[in-house]
Amino acid sequence: MKFFNQNKILNLSFKSQKIILIFFLLILSIGLFEALVLSPEDYLQGDAVRIMYVHVPAAWMSLGIFSFIAFLSILVFIFKNKNFILIAKSIAPSGFIFNIIALVTGSIWGKPTWGTWWAWDARITSMLILALFYLMYLMAWRIFENKNYVLKVTSLIAIFGSINVPIVKFSVDWWSTLHQPASVNLISETTIHSSMLIPLCIMTAAFVLFSLLIFLMKYNTELIKIKNKGLDRL
Amino acid sequence: MYGRKVKLRILFLVALISSIILTIFLILKSLEENVVYFLSPTEVKSLNELTQDKIRIGGMVKENSIDISSEKINFVITDFNNEINVMYSGLVPNLFQENKGVVAEGFLEDKNYFKAEKILAKHDENYMPPEIKEKLGEK
Repeated sequence: MKFFNQNKILNLSFKSQKIILIFFLLILSIGLFEALVLSPEDYLQGDAVRIMYVHVPAAWMSLGIFSFIAFLSILVFIFKNKNFILIAKSIAPSGFIFNIIALVTGSIWGKPTWGTWWAWDARITSMLILALFYLMYLMAWRIFENKNYVLKVTSLIAIFGSINVPIVKFSVDWWSTLHQPASVNLISETTIHSSMLIPLCIMTAAFVLFSLLIFLMKYNTELIKIKNKGLDRL
Repeated sequence: MYGRKVKLRILFLVALISSIILTIFLILKSLEENVVYFLSPTEVKSLNELTQDKIRIGGMVKENSIDISSEKINFVITDFNNEINVMYSGLVPNLFQENKGVVAEGFLEDKNYFKAEKILAKHDENYMPPEIKEKLGEK
């Protein structure tokens, strides 16, 4: 069974890459200008608050992408859909990078505000575990060469790791942690002033576009690899 | 609709995921006191015996309780039910202020006195520019 016409997808994604790149650069520069120049400093943290405009979207992206990979992996595991596994494989690297960015920027923020680079609290530790799951996922793709085997191993790693995602999200509510609870809430009140929320949203949009761009590039590479092998699909 | 194998795989996944969730839940439940980063003054008061180990206590810095003399800083951590006196000598983070969150790491002398070795400021979830804070303060 053939799911898509690959030549069509290749053409389409090559064209859309340029458009997305332009949009990404545009929104990133607006976001950075808002975040670094226009937005006010925080009453308590001062300029350290500006780290948040990178830290928070990066953390959101890493959690979102991992959930997406896990969702695709469940479908792959059950229905053996080989197109989904390629999507999951191609989106994983940007999720990992965002996870590392969240950890590093959090550490840089922690030193001037908390007074420490690192704390073994539930939020930070579970975020580190998420990074390790990303690492395992990406490494599994390189280690196992048997196609059927790599499919099972990677999707099981993603499904295992997805249990950690709600732990990351709710760790600040379930346990006392050094990390503060969420400021941006869909259900309860958002405790971040609108002058700071707007740049945060713009930066998030920029990060989404960046992930999309990297994803399309990776996905194209995978499709070309398959094409060169003379196969229809993985 | 779907093949037998597909149903088997769904069942396998459901069993696998529920068993892992249960296992993780049990582990976290039994490790609860290690998962929490700090204890509140109320939790310290309700300890059965005084622990000799290094612990962390967190809460709010009580208003007008910071007393700085030469190199020593004394203050009171409160959770608005119970209070603990903290003695500390050393640097405090910039965000260490009255009515703000704090986490102190150190040893209990008794249930009311805590000798801290390290002070961490806990930031809350509120982000706002200084002007808004002033307006809120006036109200």
